[in-house]
Amino acid sequence: MSTTTGQRADRPTGAVSTPPQPPGRRGRALPLPARNLLAAAAALALVTALLMVTGDLTALRLAAVGYTFLALAGLQLLVGGSGQVSLGHGAFMMIGAYSMALLVLHLPMLPLATNLLIVIAVSVIAGIAVGAATARLHGPYLAGATLILAVGLPGIAHRYHDLFGGSNGLNVRMAGAPPFLDGIVSTSQWQALVVWFTALLGLALLATVSAGRLGRRMRAIRDDETAAAMAGIPVGRTKVVAFVIASAAGGLAGGLQAYVLGTVTPSSFSLVLSLTLIAALVLGGIAGLWGALWAAFAVVYLEIWASELAETLNLGSDVQNNLPLVLFGVVLILVLRFWPLGVQGALQTLRARVRRS
Amino acid sequence: MTHFINLTLNGLATGAAYAALALSLVIIYQATRLVNFAQPAFALLSVYAALAVTQLTGSYWIGFAAALATGLTVGAAAERLVVRPIARVSPLNGIIVTLGMLLVVQGVVGMVWGNEQHGFGYAFSYVGRFSPADAFAVGAVAAVAVLLFLLYRFTPFGLRMRAAAHHPEAARLSGVRVGLMLTAGWAIASAIGALAGMLAGPPFLSPNVFDTVFVFGITAAVIGGLDNPFGSILGGMLIGLGGSYVSGYLGSELATLSALVIVVVVLSVRPDGILARPTARKV
Repeated sequence: MSTTTGQRADRPTGAVSTPPQPPGRRGRALPLPARNLLAAAAALALVTALLMVTGDLTALRLAAVGYTFLALAGLQLLVGGSGQVSLGHGAFMMIGAYSMALLVLHLPMLPLATNLLIVIAVSVIAGIAVGAATARLHGPYLAGATLILAVGLPGIAHRYHDLFGGSNGLNVRMAGAPPFLDGIVSTSQWQALVVWFTALLGLALLATVSAGRLGRRMRAIRDDETAAAMAGIPVGRTKVVAFVIASAAGGLAGGLQAYVLGTVTPSSFSLVLSLTLIAALVLGGIAGLWGALWAAFAVVYLEIWASELAETLNLGSDVQNNLPLVLFGVVLILVLRFWPLGVQGALQTLRARVRRS
Repeated sequence: MTHFINLTLNGLATGAAYAALALSLVIIYQATRLVNFAQPAFALLSVYAALAVTQLTGSYWIGFAAALATGLTVGAAAERLVVRPIARVSPLNGIIVTLGMLLVVQGVVGMVWGNEQHGFGYAFSYVGRFSPADAFAVGAVAAVAVLLFLLYRFTPFGLRMRAAAHHPEAARLSGVRVGLMLTAGWAIASAIGALAGMLAGPPFLSPNVFDTVFVFGITAAVIGGLDNPFGSILGGMLIGLGGSYVSGYLGSELATLSALVIVVVVLSVRPDGILARPTARKV
């Protein structure tokens, strides 16, 4: 039993950790955390270069891709790693976003880094609470419980109107680029850089965790819970830890979103967000971080393309408003029909075919 | 005390719609081990079809029949054409593809009928405490439950459906057309979903009208136990009553949170729902 889980556990690890180089050749000399950090630094350099050659609008979109990527990476660890299907990931983003906004409003003297750390701490606490309450649930029961969490949580913002601002939400002013960078980077570009720096740091951590002992335990639980328990893996604790990590990633992503947009409203953390996140993750590929990256691009860009398409075709407003929804759904169904392992799965198949020929 | 009785009756009437939707989810779950997230979208399409037919013919009941017929067709087509080839790969892909159908159908309904609200009538008068419309809701769901029980328990068709759900391999060897039974399950479930839509839709229809109904419906199915149709009726009534009391005494914004509390409490005592039978674990 343990050998099969071992084999299964090894396969995603290669895809998760670092850039698309076959594991076991270059870079083996360095320990895994260092390799992940190097990959993150390289990615950050790439993003910086991309930001320098593009305008403000692209910077904002790239920032959106950045925090969505982080949220999806946490969800990937939870769903793809430990096999717990959560339909309420948007709830953790909401907790992070509101914590961020409240911190900026009420404790304006704190620096951004401290705020982000506090946001992570709050999300961890929320993750422990939810994870402990749902640790005994499995499959559709967990999905149902997290779904109702995503739907119910915005109700609190409406209920405690004075603290959370009701349906108008909270508006905050975020500090822009530091003075010595004036004229070199614009505010949006600086924000995108901050988002990607934080997100990539988080992603390097997630990749390390996923490749280590904890990730192996999670995958063992995903493949066969009973067998994992009999092999001495603390099932309940590992599941809660997976939930906490995912919640921290989601909360941090929400905090970054609040930082970029400068506004948080309950309606932006609707059920649609949570469902879009999990759907996009399966679309991108549930097996690793690369899938989460494609998913983040899909979440941000499919909607933009659909609105642009509707505008250029000059369709009626009813069609225009609904086209993003329909396009996302159609792409989702087609990808699952023809590439069951998502975009990343299709790419891997393609690469294997190219190498063989 | 009158307030309490009012809230109870109100909760039973809204609970009936949740119970119907939960029932449709449970039937599909029993047949294909999937939670069908597209159910509210199918119900939406059915109710809009009923709206169109009612406007055309002037008769509510022809529209009602059109809704059920639409539900039957859409459910069967979805299972046969979209879900079956995809759900084979993994259960998660099956769930996600129903999400995809939800987005597509909801969007298409918005494209055709617009995102604004349409007025849509009740079957009976809705005035007063436990109005005829409320009575119809409770009665219809009770009738559906009895009919389903009779179908599953006493007809050869029901026996084949149960066989296909519980032991597909053995059923196939005994000559049951398993695929056909799954399609039939989806069709029946979607017709019941359409009924839930007809009960929960009025007085106004818009593409998002069933979002909350669906969330309460899935909650009802989960706390009742996804393997037990009667659990879903019980769960629907429980959620309906809970929501009604909380809205009446504390405030309507907390109604969804009350459902969350019910879910956590019920599932922490019985992780597989109230009426689930304990299953043996294979090691």
